[in-house]
This record gives sequence, structure tokens and C-alpha cells, in this order.
Amino acid sequence: MGETKGRDDVIVLEDVGKSFGDFVAVERADFSIERGEFFAMLGPSGCGKTTTLKMIAGFEQPTRGRVILEGVDVSRTPPYKRNVNTVFQQYALFPHMTVTENIAFGPRSHRVPKETYEPRVREMLEVVRLEEFAARKPSQLSGGQQQRVALARALVNMPSALLLDEPLAALDLKLREAMQLELKRIQREVGITFVFVTHDQGEALTMSDRIAVMSQGRVEQIGSPEQIYHSPASLFVAGFIGSANLLPGEVTAHDGADAVVALASGGTIRARVAAPPAIGERVSVMLRPERLNATTEPASDHRSILGTVKELIFQGASTRLEAELADGTIIVAQMTDAEVPHIRPGSNVHVRWNPGAAFLIEGVPVTAGATNTDIDDVEASL
Amino acid sequence: MSKSATPTAVRRWKRPEFVGLGALVGAGALLTAIGARWVTGPVALLALALVFASVVWLIFTAVIGGPDARRRIAPYGLLKPGALWLALFYLAPLVTLLRLSLSTLPSRFAVDADFDWNFGNYRRAFADFDAQFGRAFLYAGVATVLTILIGYPLAYVIAFRGGRYRTLMLGLVVVPFFTSYLIRTIAWRSLLADTGWVVQMLDFVKLSGLFEGVGIMDNGRILQTPAAVIGGLTYNFLPFMILPIYVSLEKVDPGLVDAAQDLYSTSAGAFRKIVVPLSLPGVFAGTLLTFIPAAGDFVNAFYLGSPSTTMIGNSIQDQFLVQNNVPLASAMSFVLMAIITILVLIYSRFFGTEDLA
Repeated sequence: MGETKGRDDVIVLEDVGKSFGDFVAVERADFSIERGEFFAMLGPSGCGKTTTLKMIAGFEQPTRGRVILEGVDVSRTPPYKRNVNTVFQQYALFPHMTVTENIAFGPRSHRVPKETYEPRVREMLEVVRLEEFAARKPSQLSGGQQQRVALARALVNMPSALLLDEPLAALDLKLREAMQLELKRIQREVGITFVFVTHDQGEALTMSDRIAVMSQGRVEQIGSPEQIYHSPASLFVAGFIGSANLLPGEVTAHDGADAVVALASGGTIRARVAAPPAIGERVSVMLRPERLNATTEPASDHRSILGTVKELIFQGASTRLEAELADGTIIVAQMTDAEVPHIRPGSNVHVRWNPGAAFLIEGVPVTAGATNTDIDDVEASL
Repeated sequence: MSKSATPTAVRRWKRPEFVGLGALVGAGALLTAIGARWVTGPVALLALALVFASVVWLIFTAVIGGPDARRRIAPYGLLKPGALWLALFYLAPLVTLLRLSLSTLPSRFAVDADFDWNFGNYRRAFADFDAQFGRAFLYAGVATVLTILIGYPLAYVIAFRGGRYRTLMLGLVVVPFFTSYLIRTIAWRSLLADTGWVVQMLDFVKLSGLFEGVGIMDNGRILQTPAAVIGGLTYNFLPFMILPIYVSLEKVDPGLVDAAQDLYSTSAGAFRKIVVPLSLPGVFAGTLLTFIPAAGDFVNAFYLGSPSTTMIGNSIQDQFLVQNNVPLASAMSFVLMAIITILVLIYSRFFGTEDLA
């Protein structure tokens, strides 16, 4: 993935692969994670993100490549000799120990003297705000509290990196949102590298400094949440992160930062490019629904397309517009300040956007138009 | 609890809990009295009628009391079959036995003993049978330790490595139960006999000397040694150790072992600090299920032992059925019960499970 080496990297995966017999869990993971970073591995289930995390933790050995931790090859090192700690999906708290004993487990296994680890355990209890629960057993805590004990139990060891395997999956929505911010706060406070595995794109966008989007054992893209969201490297990334309108077409011209695309649905639009495309190449243009607006007038400079209003749904903060293009493709606009009064179902509208909102992606989608509108597709993508 | 307008005094008398508990205790006491033959003849018939009346009373209260009363009376109703069964067939015989243990036989051939607070039976139980008591607890203790040593690894493998053979392996643990306890113990007799293949094999590979040295063999024999009795006890009670340990191991989340290893424990450390403490309830239950019956066992010592390996169970059986000294046998039974109770109480204090989640 063309990472620049030579930074202060905590974890480096060098061409790592993992197969179980004939089944390839991770085809190729080749990236590095910087010190102090909040790094997310995002993808649908079965994409290899958890296997990759387990290879960093030491629970799985790579069948190819090397895992380098703090400059040392740990590919064959057992978990208990690696200075990384994991927050497990089901927390895996020790039921026969109190909160304090759970947190002190790591330092005690490490034979850290009691007078050294006791203040650290107390400090961790403070960081995760569980001081008054120190003497309780895990079964006497709520899900969110157990989650924080798991966090403290791992962080007290001051690992090179903290690995989190879908840590919020077992919590309900409200608690999950609160814990996202809490995790972010704790990470800032302790300054330890967090490697976070999730299938929830919202979670990844909210918390991460960088995201690796994975699919079918491959890393599709690594970048900041903004890069991933606004300049997805593939159709999969565009579809998996947020919702998108994907319009197939052919490149007719390009000049440095932009390309002109003749859409299969009719019309010509100008789209931002990451790398110069070849003239005549079959490509897709991605339009994020919330960056679209609808007017009765076309915009200049190929920044609008003509469609017929199919549905207009008021949703409070925004209004959802579904428009049908000339060839029947449906696109969706999520408008916050629409000139809605002038638009009625059946009327013709120009769906327009600001410069830079249209982005060119290689390849042609299976179905053109808005992604994630079919409930089966949404479920299948999770 | 419904807050109706009924005056408190009336409501108190109609509290379903009181009806339930009253019927339970009353019927239990009456059945014990009948079983222990404190009441006989027409009075016993009257008592039996009262037992039936208490059941009817309970049902009546449940029927007219409405859903709330039924919900509160249900536990007592559900306890009743078991409680009455135990009153008639456990409590009543126990009382009879206690009474017998304090009685005197007028002559060696008398059928009925006279109750006269004769504590001499207890004195004799301690004085004449201390060796048998000692052997019973020693053999049972050694056998219990052996069943833990053999059973724990077995249960561990079935629980964590059994995979799809788990059910099959558990089935194999239980398979011996399909043959009678007695037959299996007698089978051991021929296995361990002086002309049996075990002894002959040991002779052939010249290990007899070694076995002799560690006290398993005596004068070239295995049968009729303490080792044979302990071996029989261990063999017979092994499933009672394996099954509870398996049940508690099976509930241990393998993720906890991963977590311990992630927190710098070796596999051995994770086993010691996580798996063992979490499986202690199973070891505790298995110990009780093994030690208690083994301490009172007489079958193994009878078939596999010799007169110098008799356990207290053999002596009690002998006194009851051969010597016909029922008062002494009763006293010995009570002493055995008391010692087992005390041992179990001490054991559960040190090894109790209340500390576990």
C-alpha cells in the first residue's frame, strides 16, 4: 500500500498473509501503524480484519510475511511475550477476580512489584472512572463498565499498542456512542497506539486517525477518514463507507485534477480524480447524497445532472430526494437547505453539487445509482 | 403482595405462606411419627388422615386464594412430595436408628432391643473399631485424590479438546454404569487374582519387585492388599469425579485463557490462575460425590480386600447382619455419619465455592 517507511512505526506488517488450508483469510496486509495513532481496520465480517489483529496479538501466526513490533520480528512469538494487549469482543474478564484483581493480572504475571503496580492500577481505575467499583466482581457490573475494566486491564501494562476487537459491538446504541467518545478521550489521555477492528463505518470515521478498509482479505485503502470518505480508492470503499451514488461512464477528457465523464445515463459531468485516467476508460463517478442539492436551473461547468423527482421525503434535519435519470438509474440527494417548495414528485430537477464533490473511481458498479437502498444489500454488506 | 382492604389480623391467618409451611411441616412430622412408630394402631390412622387433610388444605387454599396465593404457595406445594418422601423413608428410619443405637440387647439372640440410653454402644464403636474407621477414611481419601488426579486431566481433554468426539467420550465415561457395580468389582477380582494376567504380566516383566517396594504388591499378590481396595474404590467412583469436573470446565470460556496469555501468562500460568480456580466447584462436588460413598463402602473391601483391610462399612454390615448386634451397628453408623459431616464441613470451609462467580 505504498506506505512511507521511516516514521516512528510501532507495528509494521510486511506482506503478511494467512491461510487456513485452502481458505485465504488474509491475502495481503502490508502497512504500518504509527506511534500514538488511533488506527482502525474496517470491513464487513470475513474480510480478514480480526485475523490480522490476531496476528498482531500473537493468537495466529502468519503463513507469509512478517509482523514487526517495535522493530523486532515477532511473527513466531507467543502472545504472552508480546508487548501488546487486547480488549476482547466479549471482554473476557476473569469472573472469579475483582475489578482490581483483573486489572492487576497483567502486572502480576509480569512479576512487577506490588508497590509499583498498585498506584498504576489505581490510576487506571481513575482513567476509566471506576474507582468506586474496584472491589466488585465483573458479574456485578453493567456492559459499559465491564468494557472499561477490559480497557483498564489492558492499558495498565502500558503496551506498545492496544488492540481492540470490535469492543463496542456488545453494547446498545446509546452506550456505544458514549463509549466512542470515551475511548477517544482515554486514548488521548494515555497516548498509547490503538488498533481498532470494527465493521461499523460510523465508529471508524468518528474515532480514527487513519482507517484501513479491508475486503476479502485485502486492504482496499488506507487513509484518514476524510480521504476514505471523499476520495475512496475503489467502488467497494465508496459503497461501504457512507452511502453513495455511483454513476458509470466513459472518460472523454482530463486536465490534471479533473476529468470529464460522459455518463451512461446521459449527460456529461466533471469529476475530481486521484490519478490521471486514460481517455476512453470505463469509470464511475461517485456523488455523496448529502453534497447534492436540487434546483430548477442547471449548474455551470458540468456540475449537475437532469432527473425526474420520484420521491421527496421530509426527514426533519434534511429532506431526501430520489430522482430518476434518463436511463432509469435512481440517485439520492440528502438536502439540508433545499429549494424544496419548487419541487414536486414528477417534476424535472437539476441535481447539482459544488466543485470537487464528484469523484472519479476506477471500474463500473454492478448496479448504477444509489448504494445501500435495498435492505438485502445493506444486510449483506454487514 | 396485594394490598386489599382485609383487616391485618384476618389476612395474617390467611397468609398462603403459613398454610404452605404449616401443611408441609405438619405432614412431615406426622409421617415421621408414623414411620418411627411413635404412633400405632388407630392413632396412626388418625395421623395419616391428618396428612391427607393437610394436602387438601393446601390445595383448597391454592384454589380459593386466587393467582397471588397460588404463586406464593407453589414452592411449598412443590417441596411436598420430596419432603414427605424423606420424612417417611429417611427421617423416620434415622430416628429409629438413633433410638436403636442407645438400646441394649437383652441377650445375644434377642430380636428386639430395649431402649435404655445405653451410650456403651458408642464407646464400643470407638474402642473396638478405630482401625476400621481409620482405614475407611484413609482408603476413601486416597481414592478421592486418585480420582482427581486421573479424572481432572480426562475431563479437561473432553471439555477443551474433545471437539466433535465430546459426546462420545462422555458416553464412554458413563458406559461402565451399564454393568452392575457388584459385577464390575467381582470382575476386578479375577483381573487381580494371583493367576490373573495382571500379576503374571508384572512377574514376566520383572516389575513385581518394584511394585512390592512401593507397597502395591504384598508377597507377590495384588488381591487382598490395601492397594487393591483403593484401586477398586478409585475405579468405581471415577465417573462421579469426571462428570462434575467436566461440567464446570465446560463452562469456562476459552477466551479467558486467551486473555490470560495476552496478559503475559504462559499456558501453564493461565491454567493455574484461570482454569483451575474456575473448575474448583466441580472438583468440590466430585470430591463429595466420591469421598462420602467411598468412606461407607463395603463392597470393594469385601471382594478385593482381606480381613486386614476391612473398612467400617464391612464392620457395620457384619454387626447388622451376621453378629445381629443391631444397637452396636446403629451406633457405628451414627459415628460414621458424624465424622463424614464434620470432615465435609471442614473441607467446605477451606474449599468452599461461595467465593466464585
